[in-house]
Amino acid sequence: MKKNLCTFVMGLLFCSYAYAEPVAPPVASTQKSSVEAQSSVTAASGAGAQSAATIAVPPPAASKAPAPLSKEVKSNKSITISMFLAIIFVTGVIVVRASKSNKTAADFYTAGGGITGFQNGWAIAGDYLSAATFLGIAGLTSLFGADGLMYAVGPFFSFVTILLVIAEPCRNAGKYTLGDILSLRSSSKVVRGTAAISAVVVSTFYLLGQMVGAGKLMQLLLGIPYNVSIIGVGALMIVYVTYGGMKATTWVQVIKAFLLMLSGVVLTILLLWKFGFNILAFYDAVALSPSIQEHVRALLKHTTPVAGFDYGQRFLETGLLLKDPLDQISLGIAFAIGAAGLPHIMMRFFTVPNAMAARKSVVISMVLIGFFMLMVTVIGFGAALYITPQQVMAVDRGGNMAAPMIAQFLGGGVGSIGGDILMAFVCAVAFSTIIAVVSGLILAVSAAVAHDFYVNIIKDGKSDQQQQVKVAKIAAVVVGSISILLGIACEKQNIAHLVVLAFAVVASSNFPVLLFSLFWKRFNAGGIVAGLSFGAIFAIGVVLVSPTMTYPKKIAADAKKIVDVMEKKQLEGTVLSEKDMKSFIKARADYSSNKDGTSMVGLDSPLFPLKNPAILSVPVGFLAAILGTFLFGSRREEEKFDELFIRQNTGYGIADARDH
Amino acid sequence: MKEERKDWAALAKLPKFVELHRKKKAFLLTLWCLGSIMFYLLPICAGYAPEFMKVKVIGRLNVGYLFCLLEFAMTWIIAIIYTHKSNTYFDPLTREVLAEITQGAKR
Repeated sequence: MKKNLCTFVMGLLFCSYAYAEPVAPPVASTQKSSVEAQSSVTAASGAGAQSAATIAVPPPAASKAPAPLSKEVKSNKSITISMFLAIIFVTGVIVVRASKSNKTAADFYTAGGGITGFQNGWAIAGDYLSAATFLGIAGLTSLFGADGLMYAVGPFFSFVTILLVIAEPCRNAGKYTLGDILSLRSSSKVVRGTAAISAVVVSTFYLLGQMVGAGKLMQLLLGIPYNVSIIGVGALMIVYVTYGGMKATTWVQVIKAFLLMLSGVVLTILLLWKFGFNILAFYDAVALSPSIQEHVRALLKHTTPVAGFDYGQRFLETGLLLKDPLDQISLGIAFAIGAAGLPHIMMRFFTVPNAMAARKSVVISMVLIGFFMLMVTVIGFGAALYITPQQVMAVDRGGNMAAPMIAQFLGGGVGSIGGDILMAFVCAVAFSTIIAVVSGLILAVSAAVAHDFYVNIIKDGKSDQQQQVKVAKIAAVVVGSISILLGIACEKQNIAHLVVLAFAVVASSNFPVLLFSLFWKRFNAGGIVAGLSFGAIFAIGVVLVSPTMTYPKKIAADAKKIVDVMEKKQLEGTVLSEKDMKSFIKARADYSSNKDGTSMVGLDSPLFPLKNPAILSVPVGFLAAILGTFLFGSRREEEKFDELFIRQNTGYGIADARDH
Repeated sequence: MKEERKDWAALAKLPKFVELHRKKKAFLLTLWCLGSIMFYLLPICAGYAPEFMKVKVIGRLNVGYLFCLLEFAMTWIIAIIYTHKSNTYFDPLTREVLAEITQGAKR
């Protein structure tokens, strides 16, 4: 299988040149020099190191700060598109190769349990590191400094829970889905049905977040219209999952993780090279950058600089974005236990042969993800230093383009071949990230629908292999199509809360139920159903009344303030500047369109003060599971605990489970 | 289900299994709690002790920044401790328990 990886690397190298020619003739003339470009990348940064050493802080963009910030990134479309095509081509080859060995349901869902711990470790990293982690955390760091690093700790810490509580017991007790584990405690079809619904709901939230993100990203990176990119990505994923199943998904994830690590390492090395790998000098430069100081002053809303306040140093301190400690703890809870119950992550542990391999894969993914997160924050600081937070924000308010932009800068700058190649590479990596995560999600939902609903509820587990695979494929097509439609419908929605919601819902429904069914003898069907349904509904309910939603009255109030200020200015006889006039007109429009509006559930202001519901909904989820258990006691199910308990602790009987 | 019905309740009372389970539970719970305390200490310190987090330690790197790095290091250390303990202690014990269970099944 290592052949695949080699094929891919070779493919990437050849395809990017091969495709460049027909797409854009002008590039053909520069073909010769593009081969040398890679070496010039390093040469350019070598020169950068010298200048950085002699002059204290020369962030190039800062010197021309008064110049208008460009609203979009200039990328070389032909190089970018050829890189994208290369990735599609290589992953396509893998899918075709993998499709030949998809005969049984076990092949389709878990690659027949034949993935090694090492491969699975890379695949978990590929499954978990979404575009939001890569582009999002780099952007967050470039805009809010050390808070980006603090934010990254949460998703990473979740692996402690996965390693200690989830990975091995799940491998030992489960087969394809969460429903399988819960069904060991209770043979009730209601339990399996609830588990399947919960997996579908959670994965759909997560999937929707990814799809909308993908659409916006493609728009930003390639200039492809939103709807076209959603349909394109969705259709491609449907084809990948239905033909390739888990085997192809795994390899796509492994390759994506490899590319992601490669881009992280390259960018970090190029960046720190400028400072002779002296991290202290790098942060000195960051803190002394006038653009960053200006940006921090704006963030702190100091209209005039406070004497003696080190704005640059403030950028390296926490608390520019994450201000409310309770909200942060709440977010921490959601991350720390939420990731452990995500269906598509859990599914990865069923692809390895035993608990030892499951453990090994978590440890490997922890090393990869940890290093990657650290590199991403350094890259984010680099973007703040060289691209400036103002420029990052001008292109994308969320900072999503920080990583591609710093890549372009490190490769030699706008218009240079090195810069274009490096930027195209980073964009292509972001694209492969979307492919890997979306295909993992579609597979997880299709397993819940086909394996839990169709095979075990409708057919009572009596269904031959061919039929199971067929239903799973149909489910994947349906799930993919629905996610395309939802993705198009949600273009204008703020999708940030969807991912927050997915984590919070999992943390307050799947996690308590999974924990209790693995470790609590008295737990039963009543507890499972109560915990899963009430925990999830409560978490969603709290999000609906939290500040994450849009509150038109609040927008109206903010707009009113601007309107008042401007009107006062006008009354005083000052002629409004063009910029003021624009914001005046916009504020007036915002005010009139929002003053009578209410949030989605008809509220004027949030009932729950925190953005993240986990601090409240997780205890409620646990409580619901406990209450449900006591209300609907069942002796028989307590007896079944011994079986599950022995299985999850020792791995007894997983061989049977595999050939079943 | 192909396999014959087992007396799971009796198997669960095997002394070796009880030992495995008790030791494992204590070990995992301790590790998880220690890790969690460290994890939640970060947002708590950032929120309630910002002055402490601002103290410069090396160059411009402050307590807050190094605290974040420490969290990463801690997570890796937990992974190392857990892997070591599993490989040297829990895995052999699990194999013994498994051997006893399969023996019991043959009888």
